[in-house]
Amino acid sequence: MIVASLAFYLFSVIAVVSALNVIFQRNPVHSVLWLILTFFNAAGLFVLLGAEFLAMILVVVYVGAVAVLFLFVVMMLDINITVIREGFMKYLPVGAFIGVVLLVELALVFGGWASAPQAEALRLAPTPDIAQISNTEALGRIIYTQYVYVFQAAGLVLLVAMIGSIVLTLRRRPGVRKQDISTQVNRRKEDTVEVVKVPVGKGIA
Amino acid sequence: MAEFWVGYLLPFLWILGKILMFVVVVLVCTAYLTYAERRIIGAMQMRIGPNVVGWFGLLQPFADAVKLLTKETVLPTGSSPVVFFLAPMVTFSLAMIAWAVIPVSPGWLISNINVGILYLFAVSSLGVYGIVMAGWASNSRYAFLGAMRSAAQMVSYEVSIGFIMISVLLSAGSLNLSQIVEAQKGLWYFIPHFPMFVIFFISVLAETNRHPFDLPEAESELVAGFMTEYSSMSFALFFLGEYANMIMMSGVVSILFLGGWLAPMDNAFFNAVPGIVWFALKISFCLFLMIWVRATFPRYRYDQLMRLGWKVFLPLSLVWLIATAGFLVYTGRVPA
Repeated sequence: MIVASLAFYLFSVIAVVSALNVIFQRNPVHSVLWLILTFFNAAGLFVLLGAEFLAMILVVVYVGAVAVLFLFVVMMLDINITVIREGFMKYLPVGAFIGVVLLVELALVFGGWASAPQAEALRLAPTPDIAQISNTEALGRIIYTQYVYVFQAAGLVLLVAMIGSIVLTLRRRPGVRKQDISTQVNRRKEDTVEVVKVPVGKGIA
Repeated sequence: MAEFWVGYLLPFLWILGKILMFVVVVLVCTAYLTYAERRIIGAMQMRIGPNVVGWFGLLQPFADAVKLLTKETVLPTGSSPVVFFLAPMVTFSLAMIAWAVIPVSPGWLISNINVGILYLFAVSSLGVYGIVMAGWASNSRYAFLGAMRSAAQMVSYEVSIGFIMISVLLSAGSLNLSQIVEAQKGLWYFIPHFPMFVIFFISVLAETNRHPFDLPEAESELVAGFMTEYSSMSFALFFLGEYANMIMMSGVVSILFLGGWLAPMDNAFFNAVPGIVWFALKISFCLFLMIWVRATFPRYRYDQLMRLGWKVFLPLSLVWLIATAGFLVYTGRVPA
């Protein structure tokens, strides 16, 4: 167990340090890179919990896709750091106020948190038994049987979001020449090429 | 104390030894892949290729390595030094850590995890970071354009790779790579999934930035793309990482579609050959195809590349996934 706890402290310390670096870095691209390191360590913590499926999905979805888009956008933006710093003192009271409110709320939630007695029993007896099947399979069984409607609803929400973003960004620009591969393939020699015998000294009118 | 030795130190040393074996073998293979590529393309173009250093030019990779090591490391002005040197390391280490789950023979692997195929997918989706970091940190237009292209390209082709992987693991009923190989006894998946085999191979070409999809380093327009500012050892790391990635992805193709270590026919004569030989032969076959493609096809244009990924491969692999699931359920072949 020593190795597991050493690994836990390693992952969590790096996760906290890199999360702090996300907000303290001056350069936004460096911030995103630190964010990626944070995701990695969170995935490491998942592995320690025995939730290898969640760990891999975290890496695939957040690090492999979401953070790439983050990085993409942040690199393309022309961010001037001094301009961002300018309003710092002006916004400090508002930001501090929101931060304090959130902190108090978290403290209240944490202080008043108690799990129901039934929940405790459920947690001790996970369905189905982890010793029998791998946790990927267990997760699949629960999601696709017990929670299938909720799961489908989540999928529909994502679909609506996807269609919404496509509708918002789709612009029809007139006068753009685009390659249409089917017309290119369907062109025939008779329609496009004309073989002409050119009389000498006369040319073609 | 004895418990510590037997319980921790010995397994740790054993794992370390296995890792070392894998890394050394992969590195030597990578070095000779560069040699093989030059010789094969030379033969295809009726040239000789490197044949001077050593017998048949066999020492050429080492000569190249020594040459690169003795060159000067250049740090461009205005670049971000840490990210600049981190980028080639990321590329190289990602190409290496993927081998942690690849079974080369029954039981011959470093870690037999339950979600092996997801791990491979995760590692290959991270490959884009090395390139994007290199492109950004170099503080150069060419490098940046190359990195942008590469980010878009790799993210696009990952989607169809993911769907094809799901089709395969539906047929195998497991995310464990060894079990996927075992499930192919009798019928390698490239026969029932032949269209997906082709699409997967092409997507692998795009994912590893190989010809005809090598737009991130298109030398005719972007000098050398994201590698423009790199020299010496950092360049060598990129180069090795790219070729190690080719070998790794060929390994993935072999495991998913060509039956991994399985012999082509289940008889005593073929089974006498160790599994690793079959696996190496299959990887070499895929690598030869990659090199052949490089010698044959011109580079794709960027919009054509995107069209192929999103409008052709993605719908095809999605339809194939639904068809596979439907077929398995309808004929009652869903693996338990």
